[in-house]
Amino acid sequence: MNLPANYRKWINEIQGYARDYGLDFFEMIFELITYEQINYIASYGGFPIRYPHWRFGMQYEELSKSYAYGLSKIYEMVINNDPCYAYLMKSNQMVDQKLVMAHVYGHCDFFKNNMFFSKTNRKMIDNMANHATRIERHIDRYGAENVEDFIDACLSIENLIDPHSVFKQPVPISEATGTAKKNGNGERFRFHSDKEYLERYINPPELLEQKRLEWQEKKEQAEKKIPAEPQQDVLAFLLHYAPLEQWQYDILSIIRDEAYYFAPQGQTKIMNEGWATYWHSKIMTTKVLSDAEIIDYADHHSGTVAASPGQLNPYRLGVELLRDIEDRWNKGKFGKDYDECDDYLEKKQWDKKLGLGRQKIFEVRKMYNDVMFIDAFLTPEFVSEHLLFTYEHNASKGHFEISERDFRAVKHKLLQGLTNWGQPFIFVEDGNYLNRGELLLSHRHEGIDLNVEEAKDTLKNIFTIWSRPVNLESILGGKEVRFTFDGQEHTMKNIG
Amino acid sequence: MSKRIEKDQARFRNIVRGRVKKNLKKYITRGEMIGKKGKDFVSIPIHQVNVPKFRHDPRQGGGVGQGEGEKGTPVGQGDETGSGKAGSAPGQHILEVDVSLDELADMLAEELELPNIQPKGQKNIDSDKRVYTGISQSGPESLRHFKHTFKRALRRHIAAGNYNPKNPIIVPVREDRRYRTWKVKQVPVAKALIVYMMDVSGSMGEEQKEIVRLESFWIDTWLQRQYKNIETRYIIHDAVARLVDKETFYSTRESGGTIISSAYKLVTEMLEREFSIDEWNIYLFHFSDGDNWGETDTNECFGLMEKYLLPAANLFCYGQVESPYGSGQFIKDLRNKFPQDEKLVLSEIADKEAIYNSIREFLGKGK
Repeated sequence: MNLPANYRKWINEIQGYARDYGLDFFEMIFELITYEQINYIASYGGFPIRYPHWRFGMQYEELSKSYAYGLSKIYEMVINNDPCYAYLMKSNQMVDQKLVMAHVYGHCDFFKNNMFFSKTNRKMIDNMANHATRIERHIDRYGAENVEDFIDACLSIENLIDPHSVFKQPVPISEATGTAKKNGNGERFRFHSDKEYLERYINPPELLEQKRLEWQEKKEQAEKKIPAEPQQDVLAFLLHYAPLEQWQYDILSIIRDEAYYFAPQGQTKIMNEGWATYWHSKIMTTKVLSDAEIIDYADHHSGTVAASPGQLNPYRLGVELLRDIEDRWNKGKFGKDYDECDDYLEKKQWDKKLGLGRQKIFEVRKMYNDVMFIDAFLTPEFVSEHLLFTYEHNASKGHFEISERDFRAVKHKLLQGLTNWGQPFIFVEDGNYLNRGELLLSHRHEGIDLNVEEAKDTLKNIFTIWSRPVNLESILGGKEVRFTFDGQEHTMKNIG
Repeated sequence: MSKRIEKDQARFRNIVRGRVKKNLKKYITRGEMIGKKGKDFVSIPIHQVNVPKFRHDPRQGGGVGQGEGEKGTPVGQGDETGSGKAGSAPGQHILEVDVSLDELADMLAEELELPNIQPKGQKNIDSDKRVYTGISQSGPESLRHFKHTFKRALRRHIAAGNYNPKNPIIVPVREDRRYRTWKVKQVPVAKALIVYMMDVSGSMGEEQKEIVRLESFWIDTWLQRQYKNIETRYIIHDAVARLVDKETFYSTRESGGTIISSAYKLVTEMLEREFSIDEWNIYLFHFSDGDNWGETDTNECFGLMEKYLLPAANLFCYGQVESPYGSGQFIKDLRNKFPQDEKLVLSEIADKEAIYNSIREFLGKGK
């Protein structure tokens, strides 16, 4: 797209600053579009073409209405793709456009370098359009209602993926099935000795035989059980084992692909936004802003990092924490000496003039995700300085209220809300439960019960995919329970 | 460019309105966005459809916030889009559907009808009907006309000379396809008169009047949308009844005693003067708090209803709102007096929430 000359000038200039600061990004392509187009693209999660589905329409309703009533406005949108696409809204002032340019160079650098993005598909714009074509073909052939119903069922479980599985080495088949020969005769259990005369004592044949039988039994059991170990990627399991028609298989795999594509964005929301905010602020205030633009810039920047009570603004938390890290590593406020120092004043004035800050935050943006970020760098000083608190539901008053300002509580709640995107851990335990082809899922209870009504409806949707009874084991009010949906009705049983 | 998303949007609206995919109905939640129009705050209705997922019980969760406040200070759970930027990552769905009056009336139309309507007279109400009349070269596959398509294909094969009578395989190509098309025809139904009567006496508080106005407004909106050329009359009464125009009906604040018969007398006179029973379907709606002035008047009302109004009307709807002085006697009297009459529909409207149900009681389908 042909951008106006002054836009091109600013893009070149800001890109130069970003590069000078050490940012490393894909080629950036800026598109200048109207608010209608931006609402439209934003509804599709930033992509020009997605498959037809009502939830995009729902998003569009919200965006266009809230824009029309002046409630919110999208400033920036950027797609993790190579080349990286960013959208500028025509009706924004030039100072906003510059801010957005600087901001998205930050995002793009993050997309390219953060390791959790390293396995994402960088041709996703094309891929999404291909998905749309495939699903449209299924709609033509099998009917819009059928396809939509199936998509709805799949969406019910789109969060049941294992974001870490992309880093696991695929297990070679021979090893997984244990067919290697030497295991068969008990070799595996033999203790090694160079002295032949010891052999009879340290490796008595009866013991070897017994171990081998045990092993074999275990192996057979494991072979019978599918999956051999609880599997968090429920979608992958269903793709492998559910009796799906070709088109259903295709749709489920599309939903899964897209879920994996979006997963790192959910895993690094705080860092990613913090990083981009850090850089737009740095570039704007040190290089780009003219005197006349300061007020507008300050107004919009403060809007971005504003804290509204009861909510955590990822832009704010991210940028403040990054700045805190930079400051600490500049001054050497880390390590054994610092940690063991008991003197409040000394700690406060601690400055070894190391100047490692910038280097450290670049390292952080490469190696960390939100959970690790909070875990490693949230300090008691930070929590009290930034007035963080935890809130909980007060059943007698029927509202949420501030419960604690203690560092450990805040950190615990933050991590709880970020781990697995704050969603329950669900595993496939058995694909042939009770030897009746039923599906058994388990919920790893980590202090919070499931929302029962929703869980039941989700089971119902999984039934649509699995087409045999579906079970879920969980803990409810301290008791172990098993939910079952058999295609007709829901039952709940106390177990254990 | 925006075609695709508009389809999705239309689909979503239909889901919210319960036209399609009734299985999703239970996941629709209502909320509001607070917007500003000039000086006033306006509430924009928000609908969300949340596909069920394994989620945590929200009340056990809690979270982390930022700001001033002591332990125990309530924290607002604002929606996620507020001011500021939308991020690059997809957020939670928060939604809103703004519904225009016509659209709302359409929604009502799917559940309501004017009961017992009969063809009467010459001045007719039209209603739309779809008639499949022709054949066209384009259209949705679901309307493909197989016979025509086959004929075209056959003709093409013969013309091209590759038709073999011994092995008559006909393969239609895109150009051969023919589709049914339709026209919207206006079908005369019947003509109807709607009379709204409202009690505006002193015992009707602001809230009661508002309920009545809302309810008659919706009935009115729906009927106007659904049936063309409908005649409407508005009557307000306290101790005296007056025939008024629409504006006045929706804006008057009167006060005074309640003499219901005054309104019934006025209707009777009006019907006798202007609307012959043979030519008109007559629908009467009366709203009051039921706090009538004495038994004598109630009996006079019964007399009028028995002798004239009930035989004349297709439907007589009486809606009673609950007033701050307790619910009136009139509805009970009516119930006792005419326990079997099918033309008389009674409805008690406790509050604004009850309006919709009340409308359904009056005009619900399948009665």
